[in-house]
Amino acid sequence: MIIPIEYFLTVSALLFVIGVFGIFINRKNVIIILMSIELILASVNINFVVFSAYLGDLVGQVFAMFILTVAAAEAAIGLAIIVCFYRLRNSIFIEDANTMKG
Amino acid sequence: MSENLKFISPELFLVIFNLSFLVMMLFVKSHAILSNGNKIAAIGLLITGVLVQLTPVDPDPVLNGFYTSNDFTAFFKMLVLFLSSVLLYLSDAYLKKNNLLKYEFPVLINFSVFGMMVVISSNDLMVLYLGIEIQSLSLYIIAAYRRDNLKSTEAGLKYFILGALSSGLLLYGISLVYGATGSTQFDTIYTSIMYTERMLGLQIGMVFLLSAIAFKFAAFPFHMWTPDVYDGSPTPVTAFMAIVPKLAVGAVLAKVLFDIFGGISDKWQLVLVFLSGGSMIVGAFGAIAQNNIKRLIGYSSIGHVGFALMGLAAVSPEGLSGFIIYLFLYSIMMLGIFAFVLNMEKDGVLVTDIYSLARYSEHNPATSFAFSLILFSLAGIPPLAGFICKLYVMMAIINSGVLYLALIGAIVSVIGAFYYLRIVYIVYFSEAEGSLNAKIPVGHLFILFVSSSAIVIGTYNLLGVEPLTRAAAQSLLS
Repeated sequence: MIIPIEYFLTVSALLFVIGVFGIFINRKNVIIILMSIELILASVNINFVVFSAYLGDLVGQVFAMFILTVAAAEAAIGLAIIVCFYRLRNSIFIEDANTMKG
Repeated sequence: MSENLKFISPELFLVIFNLSFLVMMLFVKSHAILSNGNKIAAIGLLITGVLVQLTPVDPDPVLNGFYTSNDFTAFFKMLVLFLSSVLLYLSDAYLKKNNLLKYEFPVLINFSVFGMMVVISSNDLMVLYLGIEIQSLSLYIIAAYRRDNLKSTEAGLKYFILGALSSGLLLYGISLVYGATGSTQFDTIYTSIMYTERMLGLQIGMVFLLSAIAFKFAAFPFHMWTPDVYDGSPTPVTAFMAIVPKLAVGAVLAKVLFDIFGGISDKWQLVLVFLSGGSMIVGAFGAIAQNNIKRLIGYSSIGHVGFALMGLAAVSPEGLSGFIIYLFLYSIMMLGIFAFVLNMEKDGVLVTDIYSLARYSEHNPATSFAFSLILFSLAGIPPLAGFICKLYVMMAIINSGVLYLALIGAIVSVIGAFYYLRIVYIVYFSEAEGSLNAKIPVGHLFILFVSSSAIVIGTYNLLGVEPLTRAAAQSLLS
């Protein structure tokens, strides 16, 4: 039995929306933002792999591999910046990132 | 295979140079070399520029359709390489004074430039994504380069979060476009757009793609990060971010619009009109209340991005070459501005308050004159070059019939003139006495004067850049 493509696309769209709202609605913790970014990238990966399978084209899976790699680099840089921020501010709450306004 | 390598020889050289530079600096003990890291890296960039000139031009995509090498890419690559090497030279003095002179700085700048070169040349969405990531990952780090400074790390944090979100949007858009057309290569997508039955998915993907690029371009409504990040980052980094990525992202935006979605320009023209009009308005009104020169430059760059986008919204060869001319002259003017702003110091400490400039002209008439001239040009006062490039994009938009956008542009440039002229007023006629007492290095003065005379000479022939931009626009459209 072939599962219709819409099911996969709905799952990935839901993941994407959860990720985006996790960034915008979440008012607490920077780590949660990092997790939301990972969710967004995971949803994109699902999209790519599903399209690749349904189109019978390999490019999508190669793309998914690249995204995995870049996501790892991005998370590393994000965590490094958060560590720097924590050292100076002793907090990783978003409302504490407020030295600049206007 | 080996004959294909000649098309990516500049990129290969830059990345090999950069890696060997990194390893070399790790082992070198000589102080003379360690303290001149920026200059060595700048020379590396200039050599890469020579290699770009030697790279053969091919109207068709190369490297199995992943890459292009034509007049358009050569023009933007030369500009990016030249400006970043000048900026590396300019940032040297600031980094030395603030004890930030580590060899990681030029390495990260050069990697970012490498990413931009990849982005400019990309002919495949995969290459485009990787290039954008190489460019912005390096920029996140150098935004937080002063890691003992709260403002700088906060700027890095904000830039990282919003940048990562925008790459998420970019990827989601790419995945939808890929699903709708079955390919990631620009020219394949271009042709299959005509026959696709999944137009809705394609359009949603296109909007995601465009908003992600607008994020990187700091266009309204994705501009929120700009003032904070420009304010918090160390000034050399601000200078770099305000000038060089704008060129690369502008090039890739033009490329995406005309090379991928060129067949459905009626679908994206309105998006561009919206981005352009919004950015101009936000840029003009946001900057009025700012007293911090770095935030002011941030808002000013949003406004200029809006004007540049007006050229793209015209959807014509004329508009495209206006867009390229605008980006070119904008970067020249900003170079002069930053050659001055990097030296706004009181007793060796950098100040960013514009009231510290009060009556600067009494002690430094020549410098003040050059600085004010550039501000006049940014405000678009005729007959300076900043006016000519505004004229180009406005003519293009009027010829393609979007009159109200030209009207917004005209009104907004009058409002925007206020805050540029306010700085000129403070420099010349302010009541209080300012407090700047730094001696500007000769090299910085030279760049300031070259930039300000360029905008005067530019009124006559646009520095001879017009045929180049026309060739660039032509090679993108063909």
